Amino acid sequence: MSDLETKPASNTAAGAQVNPSNSKAGQWLSHVIADLGKNGIFVALIVVVVLFSFLTDGILLRPQNISNLIVQNGYILVLAVGMVMVIIAGHIDLSVGSVAAFVGAVSGVFAVTWGLPWWLSIILSLLVGALVGVWQGFWIAYVGIPAFIVTLAGMLIFRGLALAVLGNANIGSFPAEYRALGNGFLTDVFGEFELDPLTLGVAALAIIALIIQQVRTRRGRASYGQEVEPLVWFVGKLVLITAGIGLFAYALASYKGIPVTLIVLAVLVLVYGVIMNRSVFGRHIYAIGGNLHAAELSGVKTRNVTFWLFVNMGVLAALAGLIFTARLNLAGPKAGDGFELEAISAAFIGGAAVQGGVGTIGGAIIGGLIIGVLNNGMSIMGIGIEWQQAVKGLVLLLAVAFDVYNKRRAGGR
Amino acid sequence: MTTNILEMRGITKTFPGVKALQDVTLNVARGEVHAICGENGAGKSTLMKVLSGVYPHGTYTGDIVFEDEIVEFKDIRDSEAKGIVIIHQELALSPYLSIAENIFLNNEQRGALGLIDWNKTNSEAVKLLARVGLRENPTTKIMDIGVGKQQLVEIAKALSKRVKLLILDEPTAALNDEDSDHLLNLMLHLKGQGITSIIISHKLNEIKKVSDAVTVIRDGKAIETIAKQEVTEDRIIKDMVGRDLEHRYPDHTPNIGEEILRVEDWTAHHPQDPTRVMVDNVNLNVRRGEIVGIAGLMGAGRTEFAMSLFGRTYGSRISGKVFKGGKEIKTRTVTEAIDNGIAYATEDRKTYGLNLIEDIKRNISMAALGKLVKGGLVDDNEEFKVANEYRTSMNIKAPTVLAKTGKLSGGNQQKVVLSKWIYSNPDVLILDEPTRGIDVGAKYEIYAIINALAAQGKGVIVISSELPELIGICDRIYTLSEGRITGEFPITDATPETLIKHMTMEKAR
Repeated sequence: MSDLETKPASNTAAGAQVNPSNSKAGQWLSHVIADLGKNGIFVALIVVVVLFSFLTDGILLRPQNISNLIVQNGYILVLAVGMVMVIIAGHIDLSVGSVAAFVGAVSGVFAVTWGLPWWLSIILSLLVGALVGVWQGFWIAYVGIPAFIVTLAGMLIFRGLALAVLGNANIGSFPAEYRALGNGFLTDVFGEFELDPLTLGVAALAIIALIIQQVRTRRGRASYGQEVEPLVWFVGKLVLITAGIGLFAYALASYKGIPVTLIVLAVLVLVYGVIMNRSVFGRHIYAIGGNLHAAELSGVKTRNVTFWLFVNMGVLAALAGLIFTARLNLAGPKAGDGFELEAISAAFIGGAAVQGGVGTIGGAIIGGLIIGVLNNGMSIMGIGIEWQQAVKGLVLLLAVAFDVYNKRRAGGR
Repeated sequence: MTTNILEMRGITKTFPGVKALQDVTLNVARGEVHAICGENGAGKSTLMKVLSGVYPHGTYTGDIVFEDEIVEFKDIRDSEAKGIVIIHQELALSPYLSIAENIFLNNEQRGALGLIDWNKTNSEAVKLLARVGLRENPTTKIMDIGVGKQQLVEIAKALSKRVKLLILDEPTAALNDEDSDHLLNLMLHLKGQGITSIIISHKLNEIKKVSDAVTVIRDGKAIETIAKQEVTEDRIIKDMVGRDLEHRYPDHTPNIGEEILRVEDWTAHHPQDPTRVMVDNVNLNVRRGEIVGIAGLMGAGRTEFAMSLFGRTYGSRISGKVFKGGKEIKTRTVTEAIDNGIAYATEDRKTYGLNLIEDIKRNISMAALGKLVKGGLVDDNEEFKVANEYRTSMNIKAPTVLAKTGKLSGGNQQKVVLSKWIYSNPDVLILDEPTRGIDVGAKYEIYAIINALAAQGKGVIVISSELPELIGICDRIYTLSEGRITGEFPITDATPETLIKHMTMEKAR
């Protein structure tokens, strides 16, 4: 299908090609090492989990606590998804905490003060988030003001607006359906059991879907002559992941079932994972972050991409605000304080590069989970908030330092 | 005391898996200009890094003898203390500091209390600038002077360190002919003052002009050292590529069809200063199967013309008409230009052409990602297949298409850029300095690709400041000076002399 036939001049090697090692065992090992390197963050999560389950005498892994971990960190993870996309494009968003607070307050007006139906309140709140994104995206993409400045201003503007909307009071007592976003569980659909059958069923379906998808991808790659990982390692990884999902589902099933927040998160991760990996929009985000000029000269509409990126971030910040408000059953002036820093930390711990162009949704989620486990584990241990802060800061620093060291060793820039 | 200021004896340097230098011996006589030639990746830069202490003693084997003593540099400060100064291709100047501040960076002229003595700094700078023939106020900021002058500031900085051996790594790569000439003359002038220099260069004519001896390096080995009177371009090329290059340009039998692109009255102004005309009423055309050259010095408006045409990516107040196959088209955005079958490969691959942290595959697909979309999603298997086909057909030397483009050599990077544009299936390709910074062998391959594109009936515009190259590959050449087309020559009438004359033609004032 190539358009071009050229007779390359022979013998002009501009650099020796390095032959990969030929021995099978060597290949196998290099694969595993490369994989571990790529998924180092995943290994780190496991290490943190194991460490804290020892330190907390196993409390960390109790079903109720696992369920709490998801619900307590849901809004940070939602923000991390949007944030890592913004960071990949080479920007930053400092305003998400304030926007979450603002939208939480506005949703209180909709759902409580005005008494609108819960679903309408949610839709309108997400629209408000989109409008916030339009506002910030306009300044960043079309006026060309650095995102750092625009969102720093936004941090103040929307915190101020949140306070103005609340008028120095809390808005509380949301409708039950609204609260479900933060507190709800899908459970007991089939009656009461020791282990919730719905949770286990969903987990089984998820595992089957994952295996089918992985096998199809592998076949597809192989049929195009792409290198695939050794079969043993492939199967081994699937078994490990299956076991992980199984244990996780067991924990949820023996507590209250599937948290609604987890469903929201799962949908976000799936949808945004596909967007970042397989859609033109996602590719353009990576291209912009990797080299803005080159992307522009390749026909990428860089300003539009940036604009929509911030609209998207606004919607996700709104969603995070809703989940947080629903969980507390209260829209208050301090809501969302420091969320932006946790979301940014999650993205960087998850392997995003400060210069842009590098990062993944999955990485950001795992980064967010690491922060979540640290928070949770240290709280269980009764460590004060002051030391929790310091430890989290240290972890962020070490994670990025490790990443930089790894890249340097690999001979990167 | 021998006549050699520097002897590098049996230098071997290995990186994991690669022998970068193998038993290289280099002797440089005191007071000479010694040229080092070789393809990209041959080991020239590695050798200079060994010499200057970037790779410290102990990481290589062999001896470095400088001024009759064996030296063991731990870092670049050590070598500078001995009077060896290297000036890299990418200049190490701070754009927001003044010329004088840059010259004395980390070597500040101190007065009482250890504070910086600005009078002394500036007056010393003036003296140094005079030695390199640069008439500029020492308080001017580096960002406000051109690359040519920046290069001179680097040399002034070297002189301030009492340099005995000056190493210049491709000093003229980014310079126009006038600035290059000035620089080369300066090297000869410094030689008169007893400063020895080593110049690394691709440009054979300038090597011939300034050097007293040429050492050719290929695949990490020193092939031979040629004395001045025996230097010929053919011999150097033969040493560099390890075979005879009978023709430096592939055979090209033009098969020219009807007009494919015509530009009328194209005018563009400076983006920041809309009163400055950068491209002035340019009229030109390209026919199917034709390779048309645009010859112009740096600053003549070549890139400005191409980029203002290609989606208005340069300039302000742009006017003029573009016709494709006789029909008027608009090229107001890059997307519009691409959709109309125009492609532009930039002169600056690293800044404007490639996403260096991304792999070959994703770079190739970038300009035509839409072609790979199935059911709303990018088919990455198909993408892999396409990229692999280009890797083979364009002879991109990389183990897989998943290799990051930042790790490729200049020639291979350029092949990735060309693949990207060819995949967008254009009718007209504008190639801006397609062989800049590329070694001889890869140049030949790029020329062959250009020929193949023309043979498929595409129109190709090649912008270049290397006249032999334009004369070697084009069917017709326009000359550009001060934003205006000053001449048009069928290849049979194009001689370097006439082209130069028209390239330097000034506006009647």
